[in-house]
Amino acid sequence: MSGADDAVLDLRDVHRTHGVGPAAVHALRGVSLTVRAGELVAVMGPSGSGKSTLLALAGGLDGPTSGEVRVEGQPLAGLDRRGLAQLRRRRIGYIFQNLNLLGSLSAVENVALPLELDGTGVRRARALALAALAEVGLPDLGDRFPDQLSGGQQQRVAIARALVGERRLVLADEPTGALDSQTGEAVLHLLRRRVDAGAAGLLVTHEARHAGWADRVVFLRDGVLVDSTAPLGSVEQLLSGTGR
Amino acid sequence: MSIRHGLLALLERGEMYGYQLRAAFEESTGSTWPLNIGQVYTTLSRLERDGLVRSLPESEAGQRPYEITDAGRADLALWFATPVSRTDRPRDELSIKLALALTTPGVDVRSVVQTQRAATMRALQELTRLKYASDRPEDLPWRLVLDAMVFQAEAEVRWLDHCETSLVRYRPPVQDPQAPARPAGVVRPTDEEARR
Repeated sequence: MSGADDAVLDLRDVHRTHGVGPAAVHALRGVSLTVRAGELVAVMGPSGSGKSTLLALAGGLDGPTSGEVRVEGQPLAGLDRRGLAQLRRRRIGYIFQNLNLLGSLSAVENVALPLELDGTGVRRARALALAALAEVGLPDLGDRFPDQLSGGQQQRVAIARALVGERRLVLADEPTGALDSQTGEAVLHLLRRRVDAGAAGLLVTHEARHAGWADRVVFLRDGVLVDSTAPLGSVEQLLSGTGR
Repeated sequence: MSIRHGLLALLERGEMYGYQLRAAFEESTGSTWPLNIGQVYTTLSRLERDGLVRSLPESEAGQRPYEITDAGRADLALWFATPVSRTDRPRDELSIKLALALTTPGVDVRSVVQTQRAATMRALQELTRLKYASDRPEDLPWRLVLDAMVFQAEAEVRWLDHCETSLVRYRPPVQDPQAPARPAGVVRPTDEEARR
């Protein structure tokens, strides 16, 4: 079913090999995966199964050895470095375990940064950043610096930065990090809400409870997608026991 | 957990008749434990026999309410104060199935593990979706029931991951049809030496 009109992310027979000859490591071996608008897909697998490589390829942070990666129909291989950087700033949001907030910038400046880098005016970028901070439940903390925020609040700032503007693809790598279970749950709640509002989400995790937020869970083993859960029914169907 | 203590807990809120008890029971377990009305009345009559509840005169509509007795309250308090014993729960079919899969010829154990993991993961997704849809403050009891099932499913997936890791390292003992019934392997002599 790859190549559907509403596919935001489309990986086709993607291989990624590090090194050559006998020492070559085959991180991904023929992965095909489509994530549509309004869909959250979780990738589960043990350490070394290729999860992070998959996410890096999806976000244009790395290129495949063979196969094709498309974001909103655009083959990433057809973009030069500048085009790729622009796509990453405008269309793709990243939520990583390592938050990468800049300590010398306030929360709102951190969130506005990708917009400003992309040429959005300072005032408009700030307004959009404040809206994104409000969306993650931090409407009044925009002027604080990262070291004045709790771990959970910093994580929310990082999420606001990933969601700000018109991001259509949100990529998350173990996004709850070392947060306590309630705060971690709030992070996934935000991701879920953004996807329900029309984004496509790809979540890499080894935590089953986090993958539970996805519409579909795919299992990666030694660089190969080996299995996938069936699509879920609606809440009404689940309650009446016909959701299978 | 028994239906008995569930009904006692509900009657502690106030007197109720059978259909009310059934509805309240299902509501407080988030419909995860459906009861039929026969189970409710059978349990009520046993509770009455044991002096833990008392039936009241029928209403004009022909409904007979029940109330909890002091002995019932004491029994309920004891239940709340006693931890649930893991040994009282039914045997875990899954762990027995995997143990058998490992020792039954021709069974692809990794495939058994993955099939179960996908099914448990799917259940976890369903539970999470139901939880996400129940965000009113009054849904808290139902959310906690769902949380319990979420954590159980999560534990099962973690255990399956653990099984898979163990399977990667597992080398089944080689069965040589030509060899004597108990081949002299690496382990056996060591055991026998230990016994000497």
